[in-house]
Amino acid sequence: MSAAQAMERVLDVLCPMHLALDATGHIAHVGPTLRKLRPDVELVGQRFLEVFMLKRPRAIKSVNDLRASSGMKLHLQMRDDPQTELKGLLIDGMDEHRSIINLSFGFSVVEAVGEYGLTSADFSSTDLTIEMLYLIEAKSAAMEASRKLNQRLQGAKIAAEEQAFTDTLTGLKNRRAMDHVLARHLEWDRQFALMHLDLDYFKDVNDSMGHAAGDHVLQTVARVMVEETRDSDTVARVGGDEFVILLPDIRDQESLIGIGRRIIKRLEVPIAFQGQECRISASIGTVFHEPDSGYSAEQLFDDADVALYASKHAGRAQQTFYSPSLRNDARNTAPPTGRELPKSA
Amino acid sequence: MHGLTNRAIQCFVTDSYGASKWVECAQMADLGFIDFESMLIYPDQMTQDILNAASAVLERPRVDLMEDIGTYLVSHTNTEALRRLLRFGGVTFVEFLHSLDDLPGRTHLAVPDLDMPQIELLDHSESQFSLVCKSPVEGFGNVMMGILRAMADDYGVLALLEHTGSGQGVETISINLVVTEFSAGRSFDLGARVG
Repeated sequence: MSAAQAMERVLDVLCPMHLALDATGHIAHVGPTLRKLRPDVELVGQRFLEVFMLKRPRAIKSVNDLRASSGMKLHLQMRDDPQTELKGLLIDGMDEHRSIINLSFGFSVVEAVGEYGLTSADFSSTDLTIEMLYLIEAKSAAMEASRKLNQRLQGAKIAAEEQAFTDTLTGLKNRRAMDHVLARHLEWDRQFALMHLDLDYFKDVNDSMGHAAGDHVLQTVARVMVEETRDSDTVARVGGDEFVILLPDIRDQESLIGIGRRIIKRLEVPIAFQGQECRISASIGTVFHEPDSGYSAEQLFDDADVALYASKHAGRAQQTFYSPSLRNDARNTAPPTGRELPKSA
Repeated sequence: MHGLTNRAIQCFVTDSYGASKWVECAQMADLGFIDFESMLIYPDQMTQDILNAASAVLERPRVDLMEDIGTYLVSHTNTEALRRLLRFGGVTFVEFLHSLDDLPGRTHLAVPDLDMPQIELLDHSESQFSLVCKSPVEGFGNVMMGILRAMADDYGVLALLEHTGSGQGVETISINLVVTEFSAGRSFDLGARVG
């Protein structure tokens, strides 16, 4: 056995993906695993650069360039399908006419193992490829478990937030939620209307018929307001018997008058509770927000309050639109006294 | 105990006996919840409690239950990923047996906080081995028995296994290879990954 043959046998075991080049750049020998990449093609005798495309270093154009690249890291790709990418290292062989190129899959290892049906036996036992494949699978499984946990936690977080933004009695949004929605609309500088609605005579219902009746009334009120507004509107219960509705993209005062009138009319229909009737109504103060107005949430709420107080002073059961002139009446800038008392009192 | 261990017990009960049996186990063990999360750590006592509860609910002696869990881990379709990871240990069953020493190390590569019981393989002859398992959970040797039995089938090997005793947290299994090419076994394709 020649020295070159002996060398090949050693390399076949240590580097089963190596190949030997002769002086003219033809493939002289192919390691057993590399042979599996092209089982139907005789690689021996072919010109190396016709089988493999050298991607980097780009300067290498000829066999002489290649032979001069000894010790450099090579990026290669097989020219015909499957165009597997390979990493390579060329070293001068035992005799000066020969070069040895050792190849490895690099990042393409996962696809390559599947593509070429490679097994553990195709890799040298000191090669870490099998450990790496193991690690990829183990890490993927662990990552999947973590991802599922994250998903469940995310779901729980959303549910918790949903609860934190919901008024549990009525199912409407709560004050916190309204603050968020309003802040978001101001941030976007959207056009919208803000209705502040306060129930009239609700305290009477609570006092004379009890909290259960009061709760029932609030739930009914909530349903009416949701039914009389659009899906895009936000209805929130912001206090005991106070509600705020944010209606985006609504410039038309007439339709707001319509919405306010319908809500009040429906709330004035006596609400039956355990054989008794609860009678309430509502006062509304409404303010528009126009883009570029530079208004803050506080200013808008304050204006809506002024309009609401004006409705109360004007005899309740009505809607008032905010205008600066309302502030000329000092009664409108403070909550009305005894605001829950019935009209007759 | 790592959530993966507890979760494995849960999956075994659910896949083998149904979800309602698991709910029964969880309630009897007084966990305070139903589902273990794979990636959280739980108090060790919970693992003991759930194993005792499962033994009672499923009416299986503890040692049998442990071995069933081991078999399940390798042979059920839902745990195919685990079978594959074990098959990476070696091309033959004997190579696989020798790879068991590395199991804690291999496990740490994937999940650094999962401490596997220490396992040591002693080879007495080409076909006679003993496996020494050191674990805080009593019956871990039985789990390994189940795993080995299922893996022997997987490799197509006929092996006689015997739990030869336990004490002070150490359990020993004797392994006797009768026929190394008993059946075709199941294929192991390096490239076939579990979705």
